[in-house]
Amino acid sequence: MQLNFANANIDFLGQRRIALSISAVLLVLSILLLVFRGLNFGIDFTGGTLIEVGYPGAVELNQVRDTLQEGGFDRASVQYFGTSSDVLIRLAPRQGEDSAQLSEQVLTQLRTAGGDVEMRRVEFVGPQVGDELREQGGLAMLYALLGILIYVALRFEWRFSLGAVAALVHDVTLTLGIFSLLWLEFDLSVLAAVLAVIGYSLNDTIVVYDRIRENFRRLRKEATARVMNVSVNQSLARTLMTSLTTLLVLVCLYLLGGAAIQNFALALIIGVLVGTYSSIYVAAALALVMGVDRGVMLPVKKEGEELDDRP
Amino acid sequence: MNQYPAWKYLLIVAAVVVGLVYALPNLFPEDPVVQVAHATAGEVGPDGAQQVRAVLEGRGIPVKGMERGETGLMVRFPSSDAQLRAADILRTALGDDYAVALNLAPATPGWLQALNARPMNLGLDLRGGIHFLMEVDMDAVVDNVHERYASEFRTRLREADMRYLSVERDGEGIHLRFDDAGVRDRALERLRDEYRGDLEFEAVDGAGSHRIRARVTDEQLQTQRRLALQQNITTLRNRVNELGVAEPVIQQQGERRIVVQLPGVQDTARAKEILGATATLEFRLVDEEHDPYAAAERGRAPAGSRLYRERNGNPVLLERRVMLTGDYIQDATSGIAQDTGGPAVFINLDAQGARIFSRTTGDNVGRLMGVVFIETATETVREDGELVRRTTRSEEVINVARIQEQLGRRFQITGLDSSREAHNLALLLRAGALAAPMSIVEERTVGPSLGRDNIEAGFKSVVLGFVLVLVFMALYYRVFGLVADLALALNLVLLVALLSMLQATLTLPGIAGIVLTVGMAVDANVLIFERIREELRNGNSPQAAIQAGYARALSTIADANITTLIAAVVLFMFGTGPIKGFAVTLSLGILVSLFTALVVTRGVVNLIYGRRRRLKTLAI
Repeated sequence: MQLNFANANIDFLGQRRIALSISAVLLVLSILLLVFRGLNFGIDFTGGTLIEVGYPGAVELNQVRDTLQEGGFDRASVQYFGTSSDVLIRLAPRQGEDSAQLSEQVLTQLRTAGGDVEMRRVEFVGPQVGDELREQGGLAMLYALLGILIYVALRFEWRFSLGAVAALVHDVTLTLGIFSLLWLEFDLSVLAAVLAVIGYSLNDTIVVYDRIRENFRRLRKEATARVMNVSVNQSLARTLMTSLTTLLVLVCLYLLGGAAIQNFALALIIGVLVGTYSSIYVAAALALVMGVDRGVMLPVKKEGEELDDRP
Repeated sequence: MNQYPAWKYLLIVAAVVVGLVYALPNLFPEDPVVQVAHATAGEVGPDGAQQVRAVLEGRGIPVKGMERGETGLMVRFPSSDAQLRAADILRTALGDDYAVALNLAPATPGWLQALNARPMNLGLDLRGGIHFLMEVDMDAVVDNVHERYASEFRTRLREADMRYLSVERDGEGIHLRFDDAGVRDRALERLRDEYRGDLEFEAVDGAGSHRIRARVTDEQLQTQRRLALQQNITTLRNRVNELGVAEPVIQQQGERRIVVQLPGVQDTARAKEILGATATLEFRLVDEEHDPYAAAERGRAPAGSRLYRERNGNPVLLERRVMLTGDYIQDATSGIAQDTGGPAVFINLDAQGARIFSRTTGDNVGRLMGVVFIETATETVREDGELVRRTTRSEEVINVARIQEQLGRRFQITGLDSSREAHNLALLLRAGALAAPMSIVEERTVGPSLGRDNIEAGFKSVVLGFVLVLVFMALYYRVFGLVADLALALNLVLLVALLSMLQATLTLPGIAGIVLTVGMAVDANVLIFERIREELRNGNSPQAAIQAGYARALSTIADANITTLIAAVVLFMFGTGPIKGFAVTLSLGILVSLFTALVVTRGVVNLIYGRRRRLKTLAI
């Protein structure tokens, strides 16, 4: 079995206007979503109390809601978690009466009304911690991008560096946009996933750029766009294979890893899909738009050095 | 041409052997255990062990093994059912002197233990337990420092016969007012001398007033904050030890926070009560001259007295002057009062406390004395978008009794609601006071059933994902795919071995990190194999294709992995708890996969193809 792209000569770069337009539209939509709709931040970031309880059998959500209402917790959000006997109760940080004791009161209320309720998980995050986490999460993202920008600029050239970071921003923004669109909960584990997406998508982009750099040396007569197209085609099999194996694992994680890890897996799945698309259609096109050409890559090179693999 | 020197093979074999040995302990299941520790000594003597064995045998509970250690006695059971029953029985049989805790202990065989091979720790999300993040109220620390200096100044000035009008603290420091400029100047000189380095003094002359402004230096405040945090950590540690939790974690995080992790503990209500409470006692004489009900109606106490409430709501007037504070309490135990049969706390004072108390009680035999129970709880709430810290202080009179005789070092307090309350009060008094109030700013509790489910789900998804990737690689790259599979398996073994050696804590995101690493570890192999295929298509001989494939893929692999490593390191620096675990797994995974993909697969490929000079085709 072989995906034979040896003679693949798909004109990816020829479609760069279409691809970049699509990306631009998606990017703008994502940003609009993020600005006007925002992310469904979990209690890690907003602060509040989350209680997961297990009932011995299936339970009606309305019943749980009524019980909570009787106890005065009328603003609690109640939903199933994984199965219909598992219920997730969320209590937003309430004005002026937030307390670490809240979870006890809820559990007591449920137990007196419903009997056999098992506490499976309680999370309480104070408002000051939530604020800090949001700040730190943003900072982490920023520093990761900065570190990568510097490394790529050192190893390649600043135009590649900008292209790689632009591809990254593209991937992360689209992933976040989809999270906003589907209104999926964005908690700490999803933040970790998004940061992993940065690593992954970059990996993909670097492999393509590496090939472009190599081909500038080998295919001296070809035009820049042509060299890039050949490079993308040559890396195509690898790009698809790696994405496929990673997706295999991620889908397993999504389906079997339990409800707690589902959003983490989903964020990565989205990120890998977007990253694969962008490393094929966007990364090289961006480098081209940034003005990368042979002159940039091989400035003053003596003859005879062309066999060398490294710049 | 594709041959490896012997030392490279030795290196690979060594890595495999070490990896297998250190990954092995994770395969042994954990035994449910009950830990029994003596409440004060910790260690359980042979007699105690004998007693435990006798109690369990008497009730027909099977015991798998018993080990005595410095921190107590560990009793292993064949099932968690037996463990739970045994814990209940032991708690009632051994009483207050022993702390009984549930735990899981690795069942690592002796020869592996001898090699220092231990299984990974399971995180709270996998084994169940409580995680608290507590924040120390640093404003209160600063307030305390000012208060203490203010009271020291008063004493010093009085001792030196320097008359002052007032010593008060305000937001930024301490304010001293004097009648006379000369006295002020002498006081300034004296205080400056005495508190050099800790405080800065400044003379201020206003209209008809002579003042000194004292400001605590930033370094001194910093030191005081650090000390307060340290003392709170120590106090928390004492309290947690009293709770009888096995393997607790109590660590500083940042400049004003403390992480407390209590594996296996389920009773959050009690844990919070014990950790967050700052309970202390005060002893005051009862004002018997005035009518407390009249004072309660007026809402104002007569001069020299304060209005308190008893537990049952009755008002009581106590003198403003404190006979003794809880600071002098050396030891406290709970039990049953001899005379009334109700719950009681027996208190031991230290030498200074005993002296003070015997004098004050001796002077007032026949009068009524009230015991005030003071509890402080702090929480941070959001009010109109602003974060506000609120401290609630509850003061109750738990006991009013006539002083029958002069009291000394030992005495008892009654009037408590239940023996549990007596137990808690004794614990809080014994474990010491917190230097500053703390509030819980984050809590994560995981029940035992969820922990079990998480392990199961994590394990299942790892295995399935792994198998799928193996099958896929073998189908797609044939012989080379099998080589990659071998490397992948080794990858997993080495990763687990490294995490075990580092005694890393395995969390759910950590498992996800392992899974992700497996998925991405394939990447290096894919890069190499695709390159070899390309070289073959370009008409190169198989041996040359292998050589060129590995060589050409190297720089790509290096670039790709280093950039991912950068992301992982940033995650590690900014993340906390589980995110950090994920970052550690990811970084180690990248390093291990570099080794397996570049060194190991090459070795195996060389072994298979390296010596065949007339090689025509490659199964790739």
